[in-house]
Amino acid sequence: MTGMTPEYHTLVVLVENKPGVLARVSGLFARRGFNIHSLAVAPTDDERISRITIVADTASAPLEQIVKQLYKLINVVKINELAPADSVERELLLATVKAPPHARSQVLELVGIFGGQVLNVGAAELMVSLDGDPAKLDDFEELLRPMGIVAIQRTGRAALPKLERTPIPGTPNLRAAG
Amino acid sequence: MSERINGGQALIRALERQGVEVMFGLPGGAILPVYDPLIDSTIRHILVRHEQGAGHMAEGYAHATGRPGVAMVTSGPAATNIVTPLCDAYMDSIPMVCITGQVPTAAIGTDAFQECDTVGITRSVTKHNELITEAQDIPMAVRQAFYLATSGRPGPVLIDIPKDIVDPQNPRSAMEWYWPNDDEVAASLPGYKPTTKGHPLKIREAAELILRSHRPVIYAGGGILKARAAEALRELAELCDIHVVTTLMARGAFPDDHPLCLGMPGMHGNYTAVTSMQESDLLIALGSRFDDRITGRVPTFAPHAKIIHVDIDPAELGKVRRPDVPIVGDCRLVIEQLVSVLREMGGSEAQPDRSPWKSQISGWQERFPLTYAQVEPGAGHVKPQHVIERLRALTPPDTIVASGVGQHQMWASQYWKFNHPYTWVNSGGLGTMGFAVPAAIGAKVGRPDRMVWAVDGDGCFQMTAQELVTAATERIPVKIAILNNAYLGMVRQWQEMFYDERYSEVYLSPDLPDYVKWAEAMGCVAMRVEDSDDIEPTIEKANQINDRPVVVEFRTDSREKVFPMVAAGKSNDDIMVDPVQAAELEREKARRARS
Repeated sequence: MTGMTPEYHTLVVLVENKPGVLARVSGLFARRGFNIHSLAVAPTDDERISRITIVADTASAPLEQIVKQLYKLINVVKINELAPADSVERELLLATVKAPPHARSQVLELVGIFGGQVLNVGAAELMVSLDGDPAKLDDFEELLRPMGIVAIQRTGRAALPKLERTPIPGTPNLRAAG
Repeated sequence: MSERINGGQALIRALERQGVEVMFGLPGGAILPVYDPLIDSTIRHILVRHEQGAGHMAEGYAHATGRPGVAMVTSGPAATNIVTPLCDAYMDSIPMVCITGQVPTAAIGTDAFQECDTVGITRSVTKHNELITEAQDIPMAVRQAFYLATSGRPGPVLIDIPKDIVDPQNPRSAMEWYWPNDDEVAASLPGYKPTTKGHPLKIREAAELILRSHRPVIYAGGGILKARAAEALRELAELCDIHVVTTLMARGAFPDDHPLCLGMPGMHGNYTAVTSMQESDLLIALGSRFDDRITGRVPTFAPHAKIIHVDIDPAELGKVRRPDVPIVGDCRLVIEQLVSVLREMGGSEAQPDRSPWKSQISGWQERFPLTYAQVEPGAGHVKPQHVIERLRALTPPDTIVASGVGQHQMWASQYWKFNHPYTWVNSGGLGTMGFAVPAAIGAKVGRPDRMVWAVDGDGCFQMTAQELVTAATERIPVKIAILNNAYLGMVRQWQEMFYDERYSEVYLSPDLPDYVKWAEAMGCVAMRVEDSDDIEPTIEKANQINDRPVVVEFRTDSREKVFPMVAAGKSNDDIMVDPVQAAELEREKARRARS
C-alpha cells in the first residue's frame, strides 16, 4: 500500500511441484493486495515439492492473514515464517558496469573490498557478481551506481532458519536441501 | 481385473460413482466426447439455454439439498459464461463441481478455436481448479473435486478436460478404470487438512465468556447451514437463552417464529437485529464473516462487544475484527462441544440475570417493527412488501424461495418468514442479478417435493429469463413472481437518497418487454397483477399449476424504498428507519444519550 513504510518478512512456502502453482501463489498476493518484495523458486530434494521463498511486505497486510490465505491454496503444503533475526538470508547480484581502461581499477577495487567476482571482461565494461546478505548487496549496488550500471539483476533471497533454532517438526528436508 | 475404457466413459462413470443424480449443462465442440457416454448414463442432464444458467442451477440445487451441484459446459465462451456462477458460489461457499471442455492438449496455447485459459481465468473464483492432461488421472481428479468442494469451507471446484483425453478416436483417451479410496484421495492432497473439531481450551474460554455476559447475541451466518448445524444452534440458543440474528445467508437457520429470533441484521436489517448487535457485550459469531454489509463502518461496529468467532476457515478469524476467542472448526461440532461444556458449567443457572437486556430488546421490537405504508383496497397499485407477505401466507411453510439481487431480495428476506433451513436461495456475497430464475430451477430439481417460488425484479428477470424455456421443456414447475417497478430499484433508491434524485440510467419501462407475452412464448403460464385486490387470487391460481412454470408479474409502486437502511460506509448507529418511525427514533436516541 502506498504511503506505508514497508516491513519485510520472509516466508518459506513448500508447495506441490505442479504446473501453475507459482501462478496461484503470486495471484493470491495480487488479488488480496499483499505486496511481494522478492520471490525465489526452486525444487527441493523431494521432487514432489518445490520451495518458494517470498519476502512479503507485512505493512501491506498482517503476516497472519497472508499466511492463512496461503494455506487455503490446496497445493501449499507447509509454510515457515522466518523473522529476519532468526534466519540466514542470501541473495546473488549480477551487474554489468561501465569500466573503461582509466576507471577499471576503481571497479576492481570495489569488487575486491566486497569479496565479489569478475565474471566477464569487455572492452569498456565488466560483469561482476556478489552473493551474500541482501543488505550487503544493497550497499554494493549503491556504490556501483555512480560508476555506471549497464545492467543489473538480483535473484531474490533464499533463506533458512538459523541453526540454533529448535528444528521445526515435520520439515526435515528444509535443512537437507540448500 | 482392470477394465480398459476411454476418458469420456471414465468421467461419466466417476460422476455416477460419486452419486451424481443430475447435472446442468450445454454441449459444444471440446466436450462432445463426454456427452456421448452420457446418453447411456443414469445421470439426468438438464440442457440449459445459456451456460450461466447451468452454473446458477447447480448452485440452487446445492443450496436446497446440501449436495454438490454439477455443471458441465464446453471450452472458451462456455467456460467464460460460467465464471459468474463460479464466483457467486465461491463468495457464498456453495459446493459445486464444474467440468469444462478444453481444446486438445496439443492445441493448448495456440489460440485454437474456442480456446481460453480456463484454469487461469477461474483461479481466483474457485476453491481449486485443475487442468487434467492424462485420461488416467480423470477418476482421481473427480474424487478430489468432490472432496474439496464439499469438505472444509465448501466451494466451487473446476476440472478442465482437453478433448483428446476423452475422445475415443484418440489413443490418448485410453485408460484403465480404477476408483481411488478415501485414503488415496487424502494422500493425494498433502496440503489439505481442514480442522473440524474446536480446540477444547478455546471452547472452555468461549463458555466462560457466554456465562459471564449480560448482553449476548448469536450472530449466525451461512456456515450454520453449510455445517447442518441448525438443530445445534437452536439447542445452544435455548440452553443459554440467547437471542439470535440470522444474516442474509443464514435466513432459515433459526426459525423466525422462535421467541429468541431477531431476524436479519445489516444494511437492510431490522432495527432490533442491528441495534442489539451494536449494544451487545458479547457477539457469538457462528459461521459468519463480518461482511461489510453487516458491520457498517468497522471501527464503530459493536464497540462494547467481546467476540467469539467460530469458522472452519482460519483466514476468517481476525480478517475484519480480532476475536477474543477464535475457534477454528465445523460449526455443528463446535456448537455441540460448546453445549456440552456449558451444561457441565451449569448452563443458564450459572448466568447473570439478563432480564434488563431482554426487556430492552422487546422494547425495540415493539417500537421499531418492519413497516411500510399500507395500500387502501382498490387504490389500484401494489406494494412489493405486501406481495411478499401474501405470498408467504398462501404457500406451504416449507416452500423454497429464491431471489435475485436488489430491493426485491431485501424485501423477500425481510418479509418472508423463514421457519425451515434450506428454504432461502439467494446470492449474498457476489450480489448476482439474474440469479433467481436459474437458481429456483436448480432448487426445484433438487427438491421436487417442495413448492419453489422465485421472487425476482424486472431488471434481474431480463438477465436470465431464457432459462424458463429450460424449465418448460424439462417440466420443472417453478413459480416466478416479478416485482415489476420499471426500475433498477436499488440503484434508483441510492440515486434518490444519495445523488439528489438525479436518476441516471435506471428506468426500464413497465411494459417493454411485455412480461406476460414473453413468459407465454417461453412455455409458461403467465399472469399480471395491477391491483392489490388481485394479489391473493392470482397467487392461489399460480399455486394450483404443477405441470409447467408460472410467471406472475406484479406491477409495484416504484417509489417504494427498502428500510431500515444503514448507508454504505456509515456506522450501524446511524441506521435510518421508515419515515413513519423517524420521530420515535429521535426519542430513542435522546433516551440513549441520557443513559
